[in-house]
Amino acid sequence: MNFGFSEEQDLLRSSVRRFLDERCPLEEVRRLSETSPGYCEAQWAELAALGWLGLTIPEAYGGAGLGWVDLIVVLEETGRSLFPSPLLGHVLCSTAITELGNPVQQERWLPGLAAGSCIGSVALIEESDLSAPEGTQLRGVPVDGGYELSGQKRLVPDPETAGLFIVSFCTGDAPDDIALAVVDAQSTLVSAKSFPMIDATKRMGNIELNAVVVKNEDILATGAEAVTRLLDAGALAVTAECSGAVDAAIKMTARYACDRLQFGRPIGQYQGVKHPLAEMYVDLESFRSLLYYAAWCRDTGHEDRSRYASLAKAYATDAFIRTGLDSIQLHGAAGFTTACDIQLYFKRSKWARPMFGDADFHYERVLELRGV
Amino acid sequence: MDFDLTPDEERFRDEVRAFNAEHLPSVAERRKLGPGFLVQWWRLIRERRWVGFQWPKDCGGSGGSIMEQYVLKQEMLAAEAPALGRDYTGLGWVGPAIIQFGNDEQKKRYLPDILDSESAWCTGYSEPNIGSDLAGLQCRAVCDGDDYVVNGQKVWISLAHVGTGIYTMVRTKPDAPKHEGISCLLIDLKSPGIEVRPIESFPGDHFAHLYNEVSFRNVRVPAANRVGEDGQGWDIICSALQNERSGIAEVNRHHKALDRLIKLARNARIGGKPALGNGNLRRKLASFDARIEAARLNGLRNLTQQVHHQNRDSDASINKLHNCNLLVEMSETGMELLGGGSPYVGDTEASVYRGKWQIGALGWPTTVIGGGTANIQKNIIAERMLGLPKD
Repeated sequence: MNFGFSEEQDLLRSSVRRFLDERCPLEEVRRLSETSPGYCEAQWAELAALGWLGLTIPEAYGGAGLGWVDLIVVLEETGRSLFPSPLLGHVLCSTAITELGNPVQQERWLPGLAAGSCIGSVALIEESDLSAPEGTQLRGVPVDGGYELSGQKRLVPDPETAGLFIVSFCTGDAPDDIALAVVDAQSTLVSAKSFPMIDATKRMGNIELNAVVVKNEDILATGAEAVTRLLDAGALAVTAECSGAVDAAIKMTARYACDRLQFGRPIGQYQGVKHPLAEMYVDLESFRSLLYYAAWCRDTGHEDRSRYASLAKAYATDAFIRTGLDSIQLHGAAGFTTACDIQLYFKRSKWARPMFGDADFHYERVLELRGV
Repeated sequence: MDFDLTPDEERFRDEVRAFNAEHLPSVAERRKLGPGFLVQWWRLIRERRWVGFQWPKDCGGSGGSIMEQYVLKQEMLAAEAPALGRDYTGLGWVGPAIIQFGNDEQKKRYLPDILDSESAWCTGYSEPNIGSDLAGLQCRAVCDGDDYVVNGQKVWISLAHVGTGIYTMVRTKPDAPKHEGISCLLIDLKSPGIEVRPIESFPGDHFAHLYNEVSFRNVRVPAANRVGEDGQGWDIICSALQNERSGIAEVNRHHKALDRLIKLARNARIGGKPALGNGNLRRKLASFDARIEAARLNGLRNLTQQVHHQNRDSDASINKLHNCNLLVEMSETGMELLGGGSPYVGDTEASVYRGKWQIGALGWPTTVIGGGTANIQKNIIAERMLGLPKD
């Protein structure tokens, strides 16, 4: 038994961290968040060249053929840096095609995704917000050789940037009558709209499908299990970003507590400051253990993979919200200023909460999975 | 990352399973066999060298690896086997302190009794005025010929009324800085001048007698009973507290407690409605599940770090905080579910479930305060992991 990262994974982590520290420090994050695409296309091309966009894509299609334990290493680092990019939706789209697609579909889409020339995203959530197959109400109307889709998806990452969406839709009335299809965003029948975000480093919004026809060869998989699998991947990816972000927020706050003097001594000497920081750290280490184990369960097809994905996302969501609030408070009035970087992490916690299920959703699912 | 056992670890697990299948009767049968069973069990596992499993072979142990020790413990917990030896304190930190800091004479004299379940060591740390600030301890030991003469008081000594010896921290160098003037003495509890008095705790008669006050009046202790150098006591304490705080075995207990809590909830009502339909309770139950699993996995991460000698001593503090919070919150949730039965104590028709939940709700300080309060654990984490300045 070994609960540690390999040397290669440690090396991957330090390479990603070095790249992001050099190329996208927080000043650059702030600058990019005010631009129109919201990310830097040159940096995106570099990520592709470094092989990080196709990390879990098979080598035959231009990827690195690695697993989720490797992928979360990268996502922890992008979370730590608040790196603005369409990476999250992109890796989920790649995961769907890698895990569920047939060889023809993989050949068709994966090379472009690995090279970063095509940006992928996922459109799985609808009005109910449910991060579960039941949340999909969009009805596919059978047409010759496929289905016609008309309706709206929300909480879609990078809707205006992505060239491909993985879309869930119902094919009938039974719970298992559900399918995942690849939809080309170039179609004039697809309209995408981003909305202003609390966390300006993220781009999110809706896509509207107006009689879009998905052909049978665009359908990746059918059945609730496939959709659950993709939603679980979403929960893991967001939890990994939370892990890096919470770590960074704690370190930033601890540094402030060491530097800030009041009553003639660093405020970090007071237990009223020390203890909330210690509690944040305990929570971070704890949801990290759940996250790493959940990623391993996913890679090995463990029967409890959904349970651990839910435990990790539930714990992480609560912990991030608390870290966001407490780290602002520990910064005092300085924390309320735009100039102070801690607000960027606080805002990120508001993005993370509903993504692929909030704590209420995942805690409820944990109980249901154990038959309570 | 790989949570599967290696072929060698699997082989060892099968060996333990086979042993238990042959030698460990069911819990009900054990109850019938009475105390004789325990004596026999301790002899059998001793012969197998599973007592002091990780101790070096020349100290009477097996020289087992960290992972094998984990496998052994897990299998024993799964089989609800009794403890791996009688002398919990001796096996947990007195023996390890002797192995790490003691001389050959001390190893020969004390280790066999610990392994043979003959001794029952107690720990003499706290004093009436010394709790969290342990390094400020005042119990004095003065050299007089080949002996130390010990004067002072120790409190919260678990099981001193049935113990054989007390592993005691004393001040031998009153003029040295407080961390450098402490030494460790192994003291026979039958020595003249020692008095053991029970401390009454608030669960009263509903809780077995556990804690004592031990006073030393001109107690003569051979200088040969000092473990380590004069003034090395603080190093020994730090090493021992890690052993005391790091148990991952508690997780099994929490899992069972959560199962019991869910069972309790199935038959309980909140506000006249089925308890399991209550969102607040459901959220609590699931969060217990998450924290128990987190504690289990934190423990496993910590094991891997130990194997690679990257052990961070604050990991033990993280575990202790989880264990304590879970213990208190789960027993309080149990009390809420008992509703009108909760204020009663003892095994009566009013107390329901034989008063077991009430005992948990009263007895938690044993675990929570013992080994260092939550506030002290948080100081340790903030200072060692986050680099915050000490007071």
